[in-house]
Amino acid sequence: MGYKIDEYLRQDKLPHIWCPGCGHGTIMGNLIRGIDKAKIDPDKTVVVSGIGCSGRASGYMNFDTLHTTHGRAIAFATGIKLANPELNVIVITGDGDGTAIGGNHLIHGARRNIDLTVVLMNNHIYGMTSGQFSPMTPTGDNATTAPYGNIDQNFDLADLTKASGASFIARGTAYNTRQLIEIFAEGLLHTGFSFIEAISQCPVNYGRRNGLSSAVDMLKCQRDSSVNIRKWDSLSKEEKKGKFPTGVLYKEDKREYTEMYQEIIDSVQEEAK
Amino acid sequence: MSKKGKVKITHPERCKGCEICVMYCPTDILVVKKGQITITDIDNCVGCYNCELSCPDFVLEVVENNER
Repeated sequence: MGYKIDEYLRQDKLPHIWCPGCGHGTIMGNLIRGIDKAKIDPDKTVVVSGIGCSGRASGYMNFDTLHTTHGRAIAFATGIKLANPELNVIVITGDGDGTAIGGNHLIHGARRNIDLTVVLMNNHIYGMTSGQFSPMTPTGDNATTAPYGNIDQNFDLADLTKASGASFIARGTAYNTRQLIEIFAEGLLHTGFSFIEAISQCPVNYGRRNGLSSAVDMLKCQRDSSVNIRKWDSLSKEEKKGKFPTGVLYKEDKREYTEMYQEIIDSVQEEAK
Repeated sequence: MSKKGKVKITHPERCKGCEICVMYCPTDILVVKKGQITITDIDNCVGCYNCELSCPDFVLEVVENNER
């Protein structure tokens, strides 16, 4: 405890523009605490974000930061990591930015198992543009572009990234702040593609269209629908209905992309001598 | 948990009155009045950090010497 979070925030950019009760501030704060807990060098840490509410985070965090084009944060981050493999590269994206516009970059980043830490703030909606449904808006829920209920199915992002090749997959909620800090710290220290889905709340553009108009109600909903992975497997199929597991869901040691790339460079240079 | 630490409203100008900290406070000492967070009884603060960790706007901090 006793994290000095102000040192990691650009004070002149605060208060931030996120709406009252938005979970993104909580998630960003606990990502910073995770960085502090993991004791990674802030001067060797780069934060890259895309477009949308989540994309604002790079403007508030006092690191070397890059606010990129829509959906392309992982592509920019891949370039940064390949050019400077010693850097800790953190990607902050959202459910629209990361799974719709940037969905292809997400699966190919995972496929390469490049050493990035991808934090996907999932608020289940396109909040910044007033509430269009995203690939993560639950089936049946309302959005400005689904006034009679969304008929699309969602991705299971843990399954998607696992099938794509990610070597660290975790999920947390804005409700469980201590778990979030642990997950972020572990993901940051993992070598390989670390994917962390952080469930956020958007009371303004998602909640109030779906019977949850306050941040407090939405956080209680996160509390009631999340189950720690340690308990998840003991639940029956019926008990799992409407719930999701949280914690570190998958982890494996696997060869990392920039290390393999360096080996190629070394061997070719050796041959040229 | 720290026994010395007490909550302090370090950045009142950032508060948006969302009441998230109010939900987390185990001793109910945080109250939103006119859209701003206030501390009703600092002596009952147990320094659990719940409010600091959950505040989306970085308003509250648990500090060792809270002079208010």
